Amino acid sequence: MPLKFALAGNPNSGKTTLFNELTGSTAHVGNWPGVTIDRREGRYKGAGEEIDIVDLPGIYSLSPYTPEELIARNFIIEEKPDLIINIVDVTNLERNLYLTTQLLETDCPIIVALNMSDQLEKRKSYIDRAGLEMALGVPVVGISALRSRGTDELMKRAISTARKKRSGHTVLWHTQLDDAITKAYTHLLETGASHPLFKAVKIIEGDIHVAADDEMKRLRDDLKKEFDDLEATVADLRYKYITKHFSRCLKTTQNQNELSFSEKADKILTHKFLGIPIFLLFMYLIFHLTFGENLFSIEGVPSPGKLMQGGAEYLIDQLANIVSGLLESAGASDWTYGLLVDGIIGGVGAVLSFVPQIMLVFFFLSVLEDSGYIARAAFIMDRLLRRFGLSGRSFMPLLMGFGCSVPSILATRTLESDRDRRLTMILIPYMSCGAKMPIYALFAAALFKQHSDFMVFGMYVLGITTAVTSGIILKKFVFKDSVIPFIMELPDYHRPRLRNLLLHIWEKLKGYIIKAGTIILISTVVIWFLANFDITLKMVEQNSADSILGKIGNAIKFIFVPLGFVGKTDGWKSVVAILTGIIAKEAVVSTLGVLYTSAAQADIAGDTFIATIAATFTPVSALSFMAFNLLSIPCVAALSALTSEMKSTKWTLFSIAFWVTMAWIVSFLIYTIGSLLI
Amino acid sequence: MEITVKNLKISESAAVKKVLGSGAVRRRLLDMGITPGAVITMIKTAPLGDPIEIKVRNYQLSIRKAEADLIIVEKGGGD
Repeated sequence: MPLKFALAGNPNSGKTTLFNELTGSTAHVGNWPGVTIDRREGRYKGAGEEIDIVDLPGIYSLSPYTPEELIARNFIIEEKPDLIINIVDVTNLERNLYLTTQLLETDCPIIVALNMSDQLEKRKSYIDRAGLEMALGVPVVGISALRSRGTDELMKRAISTARKKRSGHTVLWHTQLDDAITKAYTHLLETGASHPLFKAVKIIEGDIHVAADDEMKRLRDDLKKEFDDLEATVADLRYKYITKHFSRCLKTTQNQNELSFSEKADKILTHKFLGIPIFLLFMYLIFHLTFGENLFSIEGVPSPGKLMQGGAEYLIDQLANIVSGLLESAGASDWTYGLLVDGIIGGVGAVLSFVPQIMLVFFFLSVLEDSGYIARAAFIMDRLLRRFGLSGRSFMPLLMGFGCSVPSILATRTLESDRDRRLTMILIPYMSCGAKMPIYALFAAALFKQHSDFMVFGMYVLGITTAVTSGIILKKFVFKDSVIPFIMELPDYHRPRLRNLLLHIWEKLKGYIIKAGTIILISTVVIWFLANFDITLKMVEQNSADSILGKIGNAIKFIFVPLGFVGKTDGWKSVVAILTGIIAKEAVVSTLGVLYTSAAQADIAGDTFIATIAATFTPVSALSFMAFNLLSIPCVAALSALTSEMKSTKWTLFSIAFWVTMAWIVSFLIYTIGSLLI
Repeated sequence: MEITVKNLKISESAAVKKVLGSGAVRRRLLDMGITPGAVITMIKTAPLGDPIEIKVRNYQLSIRKAEADLIIVEKGGGD
């Protein structure tokens, strides 16, 4: 069996860069059981060995409060890695070594990788590596993750360290807690527990995740009489030890009052008056480059996102043409043709055409994240979003939702807690996406000629208002138990590294493409089948009243009666449009086009179609219909993104139920109140 | 004089005396190096008035005013 090394360290310590350096393209990403935190694993090949490297979540401590910390602890204790590589950022020595003092208490062999970032030279500092090695009692190797220096030596020493047995050591020996720890440690040693010293300290801290028998409980109760606050005492003793014994290994000639580059940059980037405009400008640029029709309003020049999306759509069209050509010459039956070209290529193609925009959003997101700006964005926006139960970090995914929900939902990965992630994902579809625009355009032309701009703007406002209301409701009734403290490091700014960016984008895309190949393929085929066949499995005209979808539309029509848009005999048509809208919101308009025009090749922009719509809907019922499409289930692509990010059937179903319910209530209110007013 | 971090003026420094609160919030503050004796410098307030940015153990940390109010400090103190 290959050796297994765990990579542990603070967030922003260069851990990801080191992981990518060691494992290269062999890395694969999954999830830790039960939580949506990335579990990254890869293989290191070198020094004549093959070693599995597991990247533990970035943590500041091994406390029992956050899922990240519990994951790291459980991994070390239960999966017994052969060695822990503890990456320590020298620019932040004290806080990084705080985690080290906790890792040292386990029996696991440890090597410290001192990340000598370029910041150290800029800060005119020097570190006494040998002195630190003496003080810590474990090997210390200097590396530069960013410039890939020192990793060979690190791994060479790591391999020889992994072969030696080690037992835990604590900096709490010879303190006022010495007696208590000795007692707990001896007791655990006798009972044969693994990592006895680590557990002994945890029991003294009052950690609920470490089982304590009666004797241990008695010991703790006695201690509580002596110390009023053991958790604080332990943290305090650790930091005191670090300042006394380790901090002198870092020698700095820099004047402490001199500002670092990051501090200077923040003078502008988080400035009282400039901070918000700069942030909005960044957001606007990202949005514009990804979703903009015309680059910087130059007619005929598309934004990179639109250009790439157009290219992807062109390729898919070409594929459809080739396949239909082949099918025709082979004399394939209608249903083979329909299934392959309209169903599979059309459906999956529509989903894959999002790939370029997902790539761009992730490119920008990774730049913001790697550079350290994303923490500043959260700092700037936190107050605004907190009212709706979110934190500042949710702003960017929500904003991207106006372009497309799919990359936005995937972008919630940058949020810190499961709770924030879930809440943000539920709210994203309320940011009216680009594909909903044609629906507004149709009704604007048919019924709101005088006030079309006002009406469209109103739909966007309706979406935002519903998001705010939903945030407040969900915060109050669903996500009430967990208030996430906002204690966030503002890391030094770094230049993003291309290699990291590309790996990051690839990891995201891979998951989405796999989903497109499975969930989306199946659901597209199912809906295609329902729209083209009747109950006797005979092929009928697409989406017609005889199709199974038409029958379903008729059967569930009654649900929509209070919403006002299914009043007339052919009301089932709008229901079918809503149902096909689940494939893609663009399908709403094309379905209405097919159903409300007699000719098979409906001219959707045609005057007769618009006149029919104007005669069928009233302004109020049209608003109700648009609101329902805006607020209910977004589309198959967004749903599959949601499913893959929620990692929980329960939460996926909850989201769907919540959307449909909110959509129904809002549409009902619009129709009822609107009818009273007019 | 006993005040909390929330009361510090921009670029004013003070030493931590005690961290109030409980559970996850308190432990996170302690883990981040806000322990008795540590010196905290107020850097700035976010554009919308909350959260705040402080400097502790030579790095920048952002906390909300609600959390800042849990950190009792003493001006002119320190290790």
